[in-house]
Amino acid sequence: MKHPHIDREYDNELKELRQEIMVMAGEVKKMIARAVQSFISMDTSLANGVTALEYRVNQYEMDIDERCLSILARRQPMASDLRFITLGLKMVTDLERIGDEAVNICERVIDIGSHSLANFYPLISQMAEIAQSMIHDAITAFIEKDAKLAKKVVTRDDEVDALYVEVINKLVDYMVKENVKQGFNALSIAKVLERMADHGTNIAEQVIFMVKGKDIRHSGESS
Amino acid sequence: MSSNEAAKISVRNLNAWFGEKLVIRDIDIEIPEKQATAIIGPSGCGKSTFIRCCNRMHELVPGARVQGSIQLDEESIYDRSIDPVLLRRRIGMVFQKPNPFPSMSIRDNVLSGLKLTKSGRLKEADSIVENALQQAALWDEVKDRLNDPGIGLSGGQQQRLCIARALAVEPEVLLMDEPCSALDPVATARIEDLIHGLKDDYTIVIVTHNMQQAARVSDRTAFFLMGELVEYRGTKRMFTTPKDKRTEDYITGKFG
Amino acid sequence: MKLNTRRGRYTETVFQFLCLLAIALPLVLLVLLLADVISDTHGRLTWDFLTSYPSRKAERAGILPGLVGSIYLISLTAAMALPIGIGAAVYLEEYDKRGKLAALIELNISNLAGVPSIIYGLLGLELFVRIIGLGSSLLAGACTMTLLVLPIMIMSSREALKTIPQSFREGAYALGATRWQTVRQVVLPLALPGILTGAILSISRAIGEAAPLLVVGALAYITFLPSGLDSPFTVLPIQIFNWVSRPNQSFLENAAAGIVVLMAAMLLLNSFAIILRNRLHKRRYW
Repeated sequence: MKHPHIDREYDNELKELRQEIMVMAGEVKKMIARAVQSFISMDTSLANGVTALEYRVNQYEMDIDERCLSILARRQPMASDLRFITLGLKMVTDLERIGDEAVNICERVIDIGSHSLANFYPLISQMAEIAQSMIHDAITAFIEKDAKLAKKVVTRDDEVDALYVEVINKLVDYMVKENVKQGFNALSIAKVLERMADHGTNIAEQVIFMVKGKDIRHSGESS
Repeated sequence: MSSNEAAKISVRNLNAWFGEKLVIRDIDIEIPEKQATAIIGPSGCGKSTFIRCCNRMHELVPGARVQGSIQLDEESIYDRSIDPVLLRRRIGMVFQKPNPFPSMSIRDNVLSGLKLTKSGRLKEADSIVENALQQAALWDEVKDRLNDPGIGLSGGQQQRLCIARALAVEPEVLLMDEPCSALDPVATARIEDLIHGLKDDYTIVIVTHNMQQAARVSDRTAFFLMGELVEYRGTKRMFTTPKDKRTEDYITGKFG
Repeated sequence: MKLNTRRGRYTETVFQFLCLLAIALPLVLLVLLLADVISDTHGRLTWDFLTSYPSRKAERAGILPGLVGSIYLISLTAAMALPIGIGAAVYLEEYDKRGKLAALIELNISNLAGVPSIIYGLLGLELFVRIIGLGSSLLAGACTMTLLVLPIMIMSSREALKTIPQSFREGAYALGATRWQTVRQVVLPLALPGILTGAILSISRAIGEAAPLLVVGALAYITFLPSGLDSPFTVLPIQIFNWVSRPNQSFLENAAAGIVVLMAAMLLLNSFAIILRNRLHKRRYW
């Protein structure tokens, strides 16, 4: 860092915290990738593996919470450090939710079983990719304190929303003409991916607050 | 400062010297009435000198000089017609180290301001003593031993005695120069609790090394650095989202 | 690393011994001197000795005029030197600290403190006895002694004032006290024991002085007590000096007895100063 704290141990603590959040975000991204992969390849054993990952993500959540509390109690962080820590606390919750959503996808995949929904694979995997990269960018923006990157994440939410509308239209058609139950499963998966993107947006907005000290949430400002 | 808060003290272009050394440069600041304003900054940034300019104590140091204007209720305190001695009765001060007068009892310490100046208010001595000690949250602890020496009290009690002593003169402003730096956390908490209550009646300016203390007790915070006022704003914003990079670095502990 | 080398311990012991020697040597000498003087009195130190006038017969001679003269002279000196000394110290320390005038005065005072006492005698003779016309009187003697003790008294009073922490002065100023109110009600009461200690020590020095008073014109042989400020007088050291210079052995015994009385008086004053100082230390809260 360009401007380290006078107490270098404080810098270490913050660095470790950042690293652990990165690792946790990586695990969450892995969960999304595997969940979507299991959907596309109709691989229920892969879906079961996601549940194991969820356990680890929960562990990370608790661990990071504890780190944040410990820094709050012992260091009394101020200004940007304070915003970083409080945001870290919230973000971890978002990440953990995203992990839960990935588990939801897997439940649907198990329900779908060997039924092929190949028509929807391109749209769904596109949504999943964008959601993943949004989460990745949001976390990177958080770590790097990069408001520009965070703003980009916020704008990409619209892409996901557009894809979601497209998927819905196609699925409604599918449900009317073919299988209602499987169509509903696919719809749920799309819905989950849309929510993941929302979580990513949420994180990004908070990152902007952290960096700029200005709250853009609930303000309707989208630049 | 929003327009509905009256400025108790307005400072314009204030410069202060010790001999040839300029310790405060071009300070402009408005201190709102009946609020607590904290002044933070590293050692030697001029924060103590600044408050000592406010009650004209700075000029007591040989070779010290002040230039610029400070107004108390729109009255210029450096005007020729102002008697600094009378001014100091309107602007009380509490110091870093508790300094009750060692030869005096608790009661006499509270009354010392009035006795020193031979005030006519000494006729109501008893009620003044009780009142001031109540305000300083010390009455219950000392009411049965008012004639004991003031220096027999604990450090925290001594400091509250000094606050009571300052309040007995009925000032409008209370300047506090690192009032808790010699006290333990419990005594510090007592003084901080006291400050919250005193804000209803007095304008308080507190210099502190302890940023957390500034964050806890003050409504507004000013950050001084090398004799300059870097940033001055509401305490909440100051400690969550400071504007100036130098403030940010100082309060997050990135330079000393 | 060796925690304690023999060599280090050896140096330490030698140093301790030297320090002890430095204390013991003057003490032993003093005790020897005292013992010698006391043995020289040959029983002359009686009540009569204290209450009799000098006489040509050594056995009947006493030191009453010298004793009373000394007491009068010292009281007068104290009465004059104390207010002037404290006043000067207060001015230099509280009012004109770091002023140019103060620096000049300070330089002069420290120089004056080193001037031999006989010079003060000459000054007193010219100024008080001749110019002001007091004659060789008690008052002229006291004025001369005042000049003699003032520099020391001013310096010791300034030291006493310096020990009062600035925080008490600031506390008083912050309450709206003027400089005078601060000095009078806060600083002086706290500094007083220290000031008095210094004053007593400097005055006890004056008790032993003979030279300046000889110059001013104190008499050696006197058979009456001083009746007023303008009266001729003598003091103990002059009486002793007078006896010592006589060839008759029994007068030397008188001189020895006089010395014992003088020493006792000085010891009394000094121990009073020590008691005062100890009380000050006990009451010291800063």
